[in-house]
Amino acid sequence: MNQRSSNLLDEALGLDQSIEPWPLRGRIVAIEDQVETSGSFVLHHILKRSLSPNSSNVSIFIAFSQPFSHYDRVLRKLGCNLVTQRDNNRFFFFDMLMLQCPGGDEGISPECGLIALYGKIYKTIVALPEVSSKNVTIIIDDLSLMEVAANGSSDYVLDFMHYCRTLTTEFDCSLIALNHEDIYSSADRPTFLLQMEYLADILIKAEPLATGLASDVHGQLTVLNKGMNYRQGSSRNKISNFHFKVKENVVECFYPGSQG
Amino acid sequence: MAAAKTRISSFSRNLSTAAQSQGPGLKCGPNGTVFLSSGIPDLDKILGGGFPLGSLVMVMEARDPRGFLGTLPCPATSKDDKSREHDPDQEKGLRIAWQYKKYFRENQLNFNCQRDGKHEYSNEFDLRKPLERHFLNGQRVDCVSVQDSLNLSALQDRSATFLSQFPRNDGSISCAGRIAIQSFCAPQCAYSNTEWDMLSFIRSLKSMVRSSNAVALITFPPSLLSPSFCKRWQHLADTLLSVRAIPDEDKELSQLLTGYQDMVGFLNVYKVACIHTQVPVILEATTFSIKLQKRRFLVLECLNQAPVDGSSGTSYGTSGSCSGSSKTGNLDF
Repeated sequence: MNQRSSNLLDEALGLDQSIEPWPLRGRIVAIEDQVETSGSFVLHHILKRSLSPNSSNVSIFIAFSQPFSHYDRVLRKLGCNLVTQRDNNRFFFFDMLMLQCPGGDEGISPECGLIALYGKIYKTIVALPEVSSKNVTIIIDDLSLMEVAANGSSDYVLDFMHYCRTLTTEFDCSLIALNHEDIYSSADRPTFLLQMEYLADILIKAEPLATGLASDVHGQLTVLNKGMNYRQGSSRNKISNFHFKVKENVVECFYPGSQG
Repeated sequence: MAAAKTRISSFSRNLSTAAQSQGPGLKCGPNGTVFLSSGIPDLDKILGGGFPLGSLVMVMEARDPRGFLGTLPCPATSKDDKSREHDPDQEKGLRIAWQYKKYFRENQLNFNCQRDGKHEYSNEFDLRKPLERHFLNGQRVDCVSVQDSLNLSALQDRSATFLSQFPRNDGSISCAGRIAIQSFCAPQCAYSNTEWDMLSFIRSLKSMVRSSNAVALITFPPSLLSPSFCKRWQHLADTLLSVRAIPDEDKELSQLLTGYQDMVGFLNVYKVACIHTQVPVILEATTFSIKLQKRRFLVLECLNQAPVDGSSGTSYGTSGSCSGSSKTGNLDF
């Protein structure tokens, strides 16, 4: 029943089929949310799927937002034990809560936090046994706090993301990143957001309902999957839109008006 | 007989001993959280218990907070609190207020265990009396002024030193720390890189508080921030509130709201902390009126729309709760 209730999100992400090979292999997923509606649950869902017992996926979690204890408790209720996965070298948690890059031009020096972070990710991946057969998912929570850690240097954060993008081509890693859309939509030039949306193969937007908040429906998800259907050389985008309700152990996704 | 045998099971209930031995002013909450009282009992109820330890609370305030927040009030004496106790027997006789009774019943489920220890968790404060000096004697209170110069690095170090007294561990919590920063927003921040520095400070404060048995509360005037940065601050907050004063003699509001003349301001709840959970907290109401009961006790009430035709006395049900109206002849439900 839990599996079925998440099918709309899994379908939109291509996770409703088999999980080997990992459908998000080599793809970049950008999740956008707002103050009124958090998109963190999408991160948790993808993390849970990537650490499925039937797969050999490895996840690297870059946490700027919450400590490990928070994700541990949340994922436990979703049926995933992060402590066990960490002990089994399937889950790597990088606590970036106190990371702060030095200001000025020192941001691009090797000692800068973001460069060191990339190096850490790279070393973790190459140290994995049989790296070519592993599906590695890199999850970042969240990009706006990475900007704060970089003293507002969006360029450094974009550079970091481009570096991580090389991992998707070199090692077929998946890259999942959460960001807050309303921060940039109220800015004069939402360049950073647009760049991320351009990079992303899958764009997921979590928004409140136009009618406001409700206890039965927590918001709506719009998933734009820039899928590649090579039929006669054509590629096709797939857009899915549905409502959701977040529970402790599952996310219920349903089409508008179908929740009974 | 099976009943006489000791049943050995691979499953054992994880009883946290810490849940039984929290200090005064602390209360266990769901998902392994511990609540700290906001100091306003009605606000504690609205937020589902209080401020979770390890959380960052941000309050968006009106431009001139002094006239609205005032000085620290004195805790009310126990005899003053009797008028606030709700006699369940009396509630049964309030036939008009049946939906209001439902509101009290739902919240009592969260607070039944605290009934006997009510004064240990929260206090009523008499807003007419300033805090007496003897309450501060022997208390660990540190005051820092940032009016003249905003040295964020020093403020961060000071906060770290203070929070080191309340490390997070698995044992019981004897006391919790509180950091309150009022009107945290330099007037010149829009014209320098101070916005990013302040954001860095808030982020690091939040991170330090996360690993402490403490709560940090920051008030700030959002009008002094650019819209983009205001959103960044809002996202950083675990609990996000706003407070604004009600203009005197606003004829439109007086026609729209019941009991307008008793209100001193509005409280909006935009976000409630979700620690150790992914389930958002959806409140039935997000806007509350701030009133003074007997001119000294702060109470928060849901808003009630006044009857469309105020002179007819015809009831007009538009909201889920009710409140007493000082206008003769108006029926609200």
